[in-house]
Amino acid sequence: MPAYYLEALTVTLGIVLLMAEAFVPAKSKSWVGLIAAAGLGVILILNFTALGPEAKPDAAWAKWQLWNLYQFDGMARFFKAFALICTALVLLMAIDFRKVLARYTDHPGSENGTGEFYALPVFACAGMMWMASARDLASAFVALELVTVTFYILVAYMRRNVGSLEAGVKYLILGALSTGFLVYGIAWIYGTTGTMDLGVIRAMFEDGRGANLQTTPLLFGIALVMIGLGFKVGAVPMQMWIPDVYQGAPTPVTAFLSVGSKAAGFALLIRFLEPLLAEASPVRVQVMTLLGILAAVTLLFGNLAAIPQSNFKRLLAYSSIAHAGFLLLGLAAGGVESVRAVSFYLATYLLMTLGVFFILAQVRIQRDGESVTDFNGLGKTNPRLALAMTVLLASLAGVPLTAGFVGKFLVFSVAVKAGLWFGIIAAFISAAAGFYYYFKVIRSMWWSLPGDASSVVLPTISRVCVGVLTGAVLLFGFWQDPILSLLK
Amino acid sequence: MLTLLIVFLPILAFAGVLLGAPARQTAVAAAGANLILGLIAAAQWQNADLTSFSVQVMQTPKLHLAFGFPDGMGAVLVLLSVIVTLAAVLSGKAPEGRETLYYGSILLISAGAIGAFAATDLFFFYAFHELALIPTFLMIGMLGRGDRREAAWKITIYLGFGSIILLAGLVWLANLAGTYDMAEMARAVKVGALQIDPVTQKGIAALLIIGFGTLVSLFPLHSWAAPAYASAPAPVAMLHAGVLKKFGLYGLLRVAIPMVPEGMQAWLTPLLVLLLGNILWVGLVTISQKRLDLMLGHSSVMHMGYIFLAIAALVAFPQNTLAIPAAVILMFAHGVSIALLFGLADRIERNTGSIDLDDLGGLAKAAPSLAFIFGLAAMASIGLPGLANFSGEVLVFLSAFQGYNGTAPLGPVQIACILAIWGVVISAVYMLRAYRRIFQGPAVKSTESAADLTLADRIPAALLAIALLAVGVNPNLLLNLLK
Repeated sequence: MPAYYLEALTVTLGIVLLMAEAFVPAKSKSWVGLIAAAGLGVILILNFTALGPEAKPDAAWAKWQLWNLYQFDGMARFFKAFALICTALVLLMAIDFRKVLARYTDHPGSENGTGEFYALPVFACAGMMWMASARDLASAFVALELVTVTFYILVAYMRRNVGSLEAGVKYLILGALSTGFLVYGIAWIYGTTGTMDLGVIRAMFEDGRGANLQTTPLLFGIALVMIGLGFKVGAVPMQMWIPDVYQGAPTPVTAFLSVGSKAAGFALLIRFLEPLLAEASPVRVQVMTLLGILAAVTLLFGNLAAIPQSNFKRLLAYSSIAHAGFLLLGLAAGGVESVRAVSFYLATYLLMTLGVFFILAQVRIQRDGESVTDFNGLGKTNPRLALAMTVLLASLAGVPLTAGFVGKFLVFSVAVKAGLWFGIIAAFISAAAGFYYYFKVIRSMWWSLPGDASSVVLPTISRVCVGVLTGAVLLFGFWQDPILSLLK
Repeated sequence: MLTLLIVFLPILAFAGVLLGAPARQTAVAAAGANLILGLIAAAQWQNADLTSFSVQVMQTPKLHLAFGFPDGMGAVLVLLSVIVTLAAVLSGKAPEGRETLYYGSILLISAGAIGAFAATDLFFFYAFHELALIPTFLMIGMLGRGDRREAAWKITIYLGFGSIILLAGLVWLANLAGTYDMAEMARAVKVGALQIDPVTQKGIAALLIIGFGTLVSLFPLHSWAAPAYASAPAPVAMLHAGVLKKFGLYGLLRVAIPMVPEGMQAWLTPLLVLLLGNILWVGLVTISQKRLDLMLGHSSVMHMGYIFLAIAALVAFPQNTLAIPAAVILMFAHGVSIALLFGLADRIERNTGSIDLDDLGGLAKAAPSLAFIFGLAAMASIGLPGLANFSGEVLVFLSAFQGYNGTAPLGPVQIACILAIWGVVISAVYMLRAYRRIFQGPAVKSTESAADLTLADRIPAALLAIALLAVGVNPNLLLNLLK
C-alpha cells in the first residue's frame, strides 16, 4: 500500500466521524471517541505495511509527482506511528474527561456539542503524519496549518469556561504571528535557493552549487523559520503562550499539545535541519550555534521557571518547555545519531507525559483542582496510582532505569560528542532543577496527609492506559532496541 | 546468570509485594535466598560461566545489561550487600499498615546496591545506584523521625546533584573511550589504545571526584549524611550507610583510577586535604554529638576518610599492592559494623524511648546482651584487633607507606596518613564515651526496666557480629577473594 493512503484514510475517518456524529443521540457522544481511537489503531497497523516509492519502483503510483512533496522512510514511519498512538491515547483520555467537557459546553447531563471534540484530533493527527513526511516547505506548511487550525478550536472548546477561551485567544494570536514568521522565512529561503524542496537544497549543497549561495539572506530565512517552528515546539523565544494555554485548555488538549503537537514540530524541524546541518552545508556552523543557544536558553528558562509553580498543569507546561530544550540540544549535535536520540527522547516523552496527564485529568475531575496540593495524600488513598505517578514523574526527572533517563542520556551523549559545552552545562543545571520540582509532587503525594480528600477512582480506560504507560516507561528504561529499531 | 538472579530477586520480590504477597515474609525469603546466592557467587566469582551475564539492549551507543565480576572487588561488595540486606529486613519493623511501602523500599534499595556492584557496563553501573534514590527519599520523608522531611529533601538534592555531576563525568569518559563496557575501557587504557590528554583527564577526574565524593559524603559535601541517617528508619540507615554509600568509593576504584590515572594524580593533594577533613574535622564534630543516631551518622562520614586514604595511596603509587585489599576490607568491615550499630541504636530507642545520650545510662543491667553486642560493634568501629575493621585500617596505613623508601622526606600521602592515625584516637573517644553514657553508671528511669534483645532481634545482630568476627580473625576470607 502506498504510504500516502495513511493520511488519506485518517482524513476520511475524521470526515466520516464528523458526519456520523450528527446522528448520535445527544446523551452519549463518547462512542465517537472510541471508534476514532479504534480507527487510528487500524491505521497504525497499516502504517507498518505501507511502502514508499523506493520499495516498488515499477508501480504506477511510484512515479507520481506527489513524491516530490512527500517522502516515506524510517523516520516518517516512526513519527506517523507516534502521531497515531498519541492521538488515540488523547481520544481515550477525552472519553474519561467528558463530564467536565459537557459541563462547559452544554447543560449538565447532556453531551450535546461534544462529538466534534473526538473528530477534530483525527484531523490534527493527519496533519502531524504529513509533517513527518514533509519534503517540501510548501506542503510542510499546509500540514502544519492543518494541525494549528484544529488546535485553535480544540483549545477554546470549553466555551463556557473563561480560562479555556482566554487560552484560545492567546493561542490564536500567537499562532497566527508565528505562522507569519514561518511563511516569511520560507519565502526568504525560496528567494535564496530557488526551491522549496528540501531534497533539492541538500543536493545543491552536496554537488557544490550551494557554494555561490548568499548565506546572509539564507540565514535570515532560517532564523525566521526557526521562530515559526519554535512556536510549535515551545522553544524560547516563542514559549510565552505555553503556560497560559496549557493551563486554560481542556486537559486532554493540553496533553495533545504538549506531546503530539510538539513531536510533530520536532519531526518537521528534523526534516528542515537535515540539509542545513549536513557536512556540505555552508551554514552548518551558524545553524548549530543558533540551535545550541536556543537549546541552552530554553533549558534554563523552562527549568528555572518551573521551580516556583504550584499549579501542576502549569508546572507541566514549564516542564514541556524544559524538555523542548533537551530535544533542541540533541538536534544541535546534528547527524544520524542526533535524530535517533531526539526520536527516542520524544517516544519516552510521550509515554511519561501522557501517563501523567491521564492521572491529572482524573484528579482534576474528582478533586476539582489541579494544583500540586490536590495530589496530597494520594499515597495513602491510592497507593498503586501514586506509585505509577511516582514512576512517571521520576522518568520525567530523568531518574535512571526509567525511559526518561535513557532519553536524556542519549541527548547528553550526542551533545558531548559534538562538543556543545555551554548547552551541556545548561542541561546539567536543568536536570538538577528538574529533580527538585518533580519531586515536589512526589513529596505531596506521599508525605502530606489527604485531609478530607477522598480517594481517586480511575475509570477503566484510564486505569489500563496508566498501567500500560507506566510499564512501558520501566521496560524501555532497560531495553531500548524496540523503539530504536523502528527508526531504521 | 547467577548475578542476574541476585540483582533481580529483590526486584521480583518487590513486584510480588506490590501485587499483594505478604510483605515481610516475601522480603525475608528474598533476602535469605539472596544471602545464599551471594555466598555462592562470592566463592565462585572467577567462574565466569556461572556469574557473568550480558545482553545487548542498545546498538549505538552499545549498551549491555551486563553483570559479572571482573575481579573480586565487586564480589566482596555484593556479599556485603546481601548480608546487610538480610539483617536490615530482619531488624526492621514496619509501622501498622505501611508494610508494602516499608519492605518494598528496602528491597529496591538493596536491588540498586547489588546491581551497581555487579554491573560491568558503565550505564547500568550508574543507573542501578540511582534506583535507590526514590525509595530512600520516600522512606525518610514518610516513616522517619525528627526533622525527617528536611533531612529527606537534603539527601535527595545532594545525591541528585552529585549523581548528575557524576553522570557528566561518565558520559564524557565513555564518549572518549567509545564504549560503555568497563572491562574493555580498562583494557584500552592499559594497552595504550585509549590515550586521554592530561587536561581532559583532569577535567573528568574533577567531575568524578565531586560526583562520587558527594555520594560518599566526602568533606565538605558530607552535611546530608548525618541528619539523613539520624532521621531514617533503621533499615534504610543500615543499607544506606552500610552498603549504598560504598558505591562512590567503588566507583573511584573501578572507574576513576583505572581510566584517568593522571587526572587523579593531579588532584591528589586536594583529595588528601579533604579526606583529612573527613577524619579530623568530622571526627571532632562527632565527639560533640549528644544523640546516638547523629553520632553514628557522623562517625560513618568520618570513617569514609580512611577508605579515601587507601584510594589516595593507590593514586600516588600505582603499583601499590595493599591499597585495594585495604579499601575493600575496610568497606566491608565498616558496612557491617555501622549497620550493626544503626540496628542496635534503633533497638535502644525502641526499648528505652530515648536516643539522647543525656537521658540514658546503666542500660547494661537491664539489657546485658544488647550491651554486649553494642560493645562489640563499637570496638569494631574503633578498630580493635580481632574484629574486621582492624585489618582494614592497618592495611590502609601500611598501604600509605608502600613505595616509601624510608630515607626520603615524607610524601604528602605519608604525612596525611600520620595525621589520619589520630582519627583512631578520636573514634575511641566518642565510641567509648557513648558506650559509658548509655550502658554504664547508675540506671535512670528510662533504662531501669528496659527490655533486652528478643530472639528476633538477636538473629540479625548475630549475623552481622559473626561477619565482623570471622573477617577479623581471618581476613584471608576476603583477601583470598581479591587474588
